[in-house]
Amino acid sequence: MSAALETVGLVKSFGGIAATSNVSLAVARGARHALIGPNGAGKTTLINQLTGVLTPDAGRVLLEGSDITALSPHRRVRRGLARTFQINQLFADLSPLESVGLAVSERLGRGHDWWRVAGSRSTVDDSIAEILERFHLADVMHERTAHLPYGKQRLLEIALAIACGPSVLLLDEPAAGVPEDERHDILGAVAALPREVTVLFIEHDMDLVFSFAERITVLVNGAVFTEGTPQEIARDERVKAVYLGEEPVHA
Amino acid sequence: MLTILFDGIAYGMLLFVLASGLAVTMGLMNLINLAHGAFAMAGGYVAVALVNKAGWPFAAGLLAAFVVPALLGALMERTLYRHVYAKPHLDQVLFTIGLAFMAVAAVDFAMGTQQVFVQLPRALEGQIDLGGVGIGRYRLLIIILCGLITVALQYALARTLFGARLRAAVDDARTARGLGINVSAVFALTFAVGSGLAGLGGALGAEILGLDPHFPLKFMIYFLIVVAVGGTSSITGPFIAALLLGIGDVAGKYYAPQFGAFAIYTIMIVVLIVRPQGLFTRVAGK
Amino acid sequence: MSALQGVLATAVADHLAARARWRAAELVFWGAALASVFLLPGKHLILAEIAILALFALSLDLILGYAGIVSLGHAAFFGFGAYAAGLLAKHALITEPVLGLLAAGLLAALLGFACAFLVLRGSDLTRLMVTLGVAMMLRELANRLDKLTGGADGLQGITMAPVLGRFSFDITGHTAYVYALAVLFVLFVVARRIVHSPFGLSLMSIRGNPLRAGALGVPVNARLVAIYTVAAGYAGVAGALLTQTTAFCSLDVLSFDRSADLLLVLIIGGTGYLYGGLIGAVVFKLLQDALATLTPQYWQFWIGLILVIIVLVGRERMSGWWHAAVAQGARRLGLRERP
Ligand SMILES: Nc1ncnc2c1ncn2[C@@H]1O[C@H](COP(=O)(O)OP(=O)(O)O)[C@@H](O)[C@H]1O
Ligand SMILES: [Mg+2]
Repeated sequence: MSAALETVGLVKSFGGIAATSNVSLAVARGARHALIGPNGAGKTTLINQLTGVLTPDAGRVLLEGSDITALSPHRRVRRGLARTFQINQLFADLSPLESVGLAVSERLGRGHDWWRVAGSRSTVDDSIAEILERFHLADVMHERTAHLPYGKQRLLEIALAIACGPSVLLLDEPAAGVPEDERHDILGAVAALPREVTVLFIEHDMDLVFSFAERITVLVNGAVFTEGTPQEIARDERVKAVYLGEEPVHA
Repeated sequence: MLTILFDGIAYGMLLFVLASGLAVTMGLMNLINLAHGAFAMAGGYVAVALVNKAGWPFAAGLLAAFVVPALLGALMERTLYRHVYAKPHLDQVLFTIGLAFMAVAAVDFAMGTQQVFVQLPRALEGQIDLGGVGIGRYRLLIIILCGLITVALQYALARTLFGARLRAAVDDARTARGLGINVSAVFALTFAVGSGLAGLGGALGAEILGLDPHFPLKFMIYFLIVVAVGGTSSITGPFIAALLLGIGDVAGKYYAPQFGAFAIYTIMIVVLIVRPQGLFTRVAGK
Repeated sequence: MSALQGVLATAVADHLAARARWRAAELVFWGAALASVFLLPGKHLILAEIAILALFALSLDLILGYAGIVSLGHAAFFGFGAYAAGLLAKHALITEPVLGLLAAGLLAALLGFACAFLVLRGSDLTRLMVTLGVAMMLRELANRLDKLTGGADGLQGITMAPVLGRFSFDITGHTAYVYALAVLFVLFVVARRIVHSPFGLSLMSIRGNPLRAGALGVPVNARLVAIYTVAAGYAGVAGALLTQTTAFCSLDVLSFDRSADLLLVLIIGGTGYLYGGLIGAVVFKLLQDALATLTPQYWQFWIGLILVIIVLVGRERMSGWWHAAVAQGARRLGLRERP
């Protein structure tokens, strides 16, 4: 079976610092794949190259077997690759309704409609309503995003990615900064995704990683350190050593 | 032909001294200052007032043309500019256009609309003959002075403690503060020196560029070209850009007067299309 | 779909539709504009100028207020449209004003389309330079091609046919004002449709966070090119209106001061809600009138001072006061609708 998402020899450096060194990684279709590693290991940088925010210095990115290395970010989204950001990237002046509406309009190919009033297409509206409800955002859908509490903003961050209707979803520390008791909304929504959606997620909370992931890749200093099933990784003394040398803070 | 080249170099070096302050504030401090030319104009008028009216020696007039705008720059930086460092570029544009407009109208009100010149000492008038090439004495002085300033500037930014402090403050103001660098003083001093150099350039250039109340707006685009085409990663880029612009402009006006400044704008736009970060910027990995 | 979700979907549709609904205050605004046609017959010349400036500012609002592009050279498109309309009329190619307007608008839009690709590259600084450079270049071009454009003397000898073959331009500016106001209204309604469409929503998302907009599948550059082209067309129509209503066109239409003043007009009224340019145009012209009688030569000083004060006080805060004042006024007049 071919991988849903694959990288071949990705390299990226920032002024001499190798943030990604020769990373080859395959994420199987329908997988729940975790990417872990100490702060500064290059996890976010890798996601940025997968999504086209950064251009790799060398190497290729394949989505469903086809080379997308040269595609712009929005084209990759059209092909089914969506992501969330480690630090919220929201539209401060727009409401959740408008933000989700935007994502849904683009997914349904209505984003360039310039004469039709937004909201006058029922397929779009149904889809917006579904997302708002699924992410418990209906009660705040008119408020300016900037005014929402952090937990709701984090939900919106995830909701926007899912509103793109991805076949491959990349989550960069989805629960970062969210208090323990609010996490289940986010995790529940992710867990409830249909099986055919491939999920690659970065997470620091090891309980979460081991309860959710079926496969784990460990990244250290920009390179793949090891990869295996949760059992294999849990047993691996070298992985423990990498993590013990590091303070358990979230970045 | 050689005379034109020579005039072009003099003009270019002058442009560099005029724009160098802008290259630093815009490139390093990320401040879009469209009122930069107002400091140059201030220097020019200071020299006119002191040399022509009060009878100061030319050299003293030049010194004052540096000092007065530098003090003015420091004052404005402390009272006004520092409020806009952190604002969006749109605000910086509005704010500095506003200052430029006010300067233009104020000088118009105080000094009148007509063009003025700084009286040159006799010794600087006329030409000397260097191997058959006629070279204006005054232009020679400009080249020497501006050359010295360029070297000094390059040295100050690259080699001195102050240069290192400035770069640290720009890179990461918070860390720099942590290291005990007085960031706001560094910025104020940088701004002041940049304004002073503009003033000096304005006084030196009155003869060549012409000086009237509309100077800040008339030459704004030239200064911006120097910075944008030269790139903002070093002082060498703007220097080369200024030389090219100077030579190009002088040659263009001589050989193809019907095009006027048209060629300059076209070249600038083409450069910015091909190299949006400037001609002489090392393109860092994105 | 659950029943609950059905209700929610209806609410979503309602709320999105409500964004585009005409508000009472808007009707008052346009009612007042219409009333001025009948009530202020002696002021039609300046009112025509205001309407043209308002259209020009509306055009800048489309790119600055909705897409976040700072331009120092919007006069390029205004001037291009102005000369295009003038030349078309002078050489008797198109003398009917409405057709001339369309032609000039299309030509300016083409220029805008070409420039958009330049403007999209690079940083804010590069954008400023390119917009400024294009305007300066056109001005220089118009200056040099004096056989065609009249150079520094301006384009003279323009005679316009009556509007739609029926309404001739008159010395009181009556036709000019009605014509300019009608054009402004039509183009305003179109702009209003655009900003309330999904396309408009995507522009706002680009202004707010281009990185995320791209990550949601918005083709950022294509959208910016599109709106830049439309805005250039609007500016061209405004320029053409000026030429047609004054039967004259000079280098002034391409000047830097015009671009800078335009920024002030829009900033006075506020960006990103379409009425800013219109209100700004009224305030600006009234101010100009008042200050120019006070100190004719030094009017620029006051413009500068206003700009400096606006920035120091803070545009956000100013627009906060302004909105509070408008809301207060609307409440007094009983115009205020649900928040
Ligand atoms: N835009 C950038 N410019 C320079 N260095 C960067 C940039 N982005 C990331 N880095 C560096 O690359 C390394 C990897 O960072 P990142 O991918 O954010 O790590 P992680 O997400 O695993 O914590 C770090 O050393 C970081 O400082
Ligand atoms: Mg990270």
